[in-house]
Amino acid sequence: MADDHQIFRHRLWVRLTHGINVVCMTVLLMSGLQIFNAHPALYWGDRSRFDRRILSIGAAQDAQGRPMGVTSIGTREFDTTGLLGVSGDPVEGTIRAFPAWMTLPGAQWLSMGRRWHFFFAWIFVVNAATYGIMTIVSRHLWRDLLPSGSGLRQIGGSLWNHLRLRFPRGEEAKHYNVLQKLAYLVVLLALGPVMILAGLAMSPRLDASYPFLLDIFGGRQSARTVHFIVAFSLLGFTVIHITMVVLSGVWNNLRSMVTGWYDLGNKHGNA
Amino acid sequence: MGMLKDLGRRQLLARAASGIATLSLGGCERLSTTPWFVNLLDSAEKVTQLTQHAATGQDALAREYSEADLSPIFKSNGTQYPSDAHYQALAETGFADWHLEVGGLVERPMQFSLAELRAFPSRTQITRHDCVEGWSCIGKWKGVPVTTVLDSVRPMPDARYVMFYCADPMEESWDGSDSRYYESIDVEGAYHPQTILAYEMNDQVLQMPYGAPLRLRDERQLGYKMAKYIMRIELVDSFATIRGGHGGYWEDQGYEWYAGI
Repeated sequence: MADDHQIFRHRLWVRLTHGINVVCMTVLLMSGLQIFNAHPALYWGDRSRFDRRILSIGAAQDAQGRPMGVTSIGTREFDTTGLLGVSGDPVEGTIRAFPAWMTLPGAQWLSMGRRWHFFFAWIFVVNAATYGIMTIVSRHLWRDLLPSGSGLRQIGGSLWNHLRLRFPRGEEAKHYNVLQKLAYLVVLLALGPVMILAGLAMSPRLDASYPFLLDIFGGRQSARTVHFIVAFSLLGFTVIHITMVVLSGVWNNLRSMVTGWYDLGNKHGNA
Repeated sequence: MGMLKDLGRRQLLARAASGIATLSLGGCERLSTTPWFVNLLDSAEKVTQLTQHAATGQDALAREYSEADLSPIFKSNGTQYPSDAHYQALAETGFADWHLEVGGLVERPMQFSLAELRAFPSRTQITRHDCVEGWSCIGKWKGVPVTTVLDSVRPMPDARYVMFYCADPMEESWDGSDSRYYESIDVEGAYHPQTILAYEMNDQVLQMPYGAPLRLRDERQLGYKMAKYIMRIELVDSFATIRGGHGGYWEDQGYEWYAGI
């Protein structure tokens, strides 16, 4: 297996925490959408100003009297029948914000959604803490993730290569490229921590003891909105991440995240 | 040969991947009704409760807001107008004949009229109400601290929970079973300075959609803990044998007893 064109890329703890994280993020997103469906509207500030919604997903009736999904962003309304507001059966249509296939459980069931969400939130936090500690202790952060000065100067070139779907091979493929490093750092140092803090800021008990949780977001409803926006930012990252995994050699990438071994592709075109 | 072997392995992997996806999606649905798994999910509630209690002081006060922050429209959830005939009769006379019964594990069971509760020193607080559904409203509440009532009845040392029994039936009942709302909080929470029995909201007598004549305010938990239309308070050492055994109407429907997040 370990031919000279293969390198051992991902250590066991990276692969394990990555795998656990995939499960957690999937469950947290889907159960989070279930919870959102209980009150599908977002606000800014401490309280819900029901006349000033940043986003809301609801249903109305179209000219033929059929249910129509309406998503409002600020004062602009969009017909989102089939996906948001009204989904499921094409004739009858089920009135619900996010469709059944995106939520956990599929049916509208807030209490069960909460149970899934908080259980996997704990696993997520323990897993993230393990990863964070190991990243520092093993120097993974400095060795593999923080870009060097010369790396940062290559952003333009790296971007151009990504746009042309040209991915590093051989010697260059031994390390993450600079765009990859920056994307991972944004997730690890910004989106992840903000996600956790915004989640905690929704706890009335924690708000009482740590009022800074309210202050950093500008109120509990703002925190809920930030939690929602970051969830979709993480989903956006994941979509790009998976796209890159597929485009730059799906089996090679998957193998390296399962077994650790990554093919540099400098012997034959397997990658 | 190598190519073929590779192809076979790839197909196998692809099949395994799609199999896992199907299994996990269908599996998640089944898991939501699998007792041992739901019990496993439930364990998070205890972890959350212990962690939050360890990380927060017993007496930290929930943020209090100013008049300018009051919600113009305070959403009323759950019961708006209790259908119970006895309750309706009490409401017709402005709750003049209503009494709050306080009993259970106390040295001195007592009854309080609305006038007697109003005669106690009161606490007024403008606080944020967080519904389990996700919305928040800010209201001004005036009432008697639960501490004051407990000091009058003197709880026994083994009293651990304060039960609140309410007037509003939550379901039509054909078999005569009791579906009236009820809730419980622990004694520690009951002695919190902001835990009050409110009889006024936004400088007005508490209106029916908000729990007239008396409702609980427990500012560090979610809205469903704050029982409306309270008729009776009972101190107990356990709620395992009361109604569904989970300490509250929504708890019996699967919501967490500890509603700190």
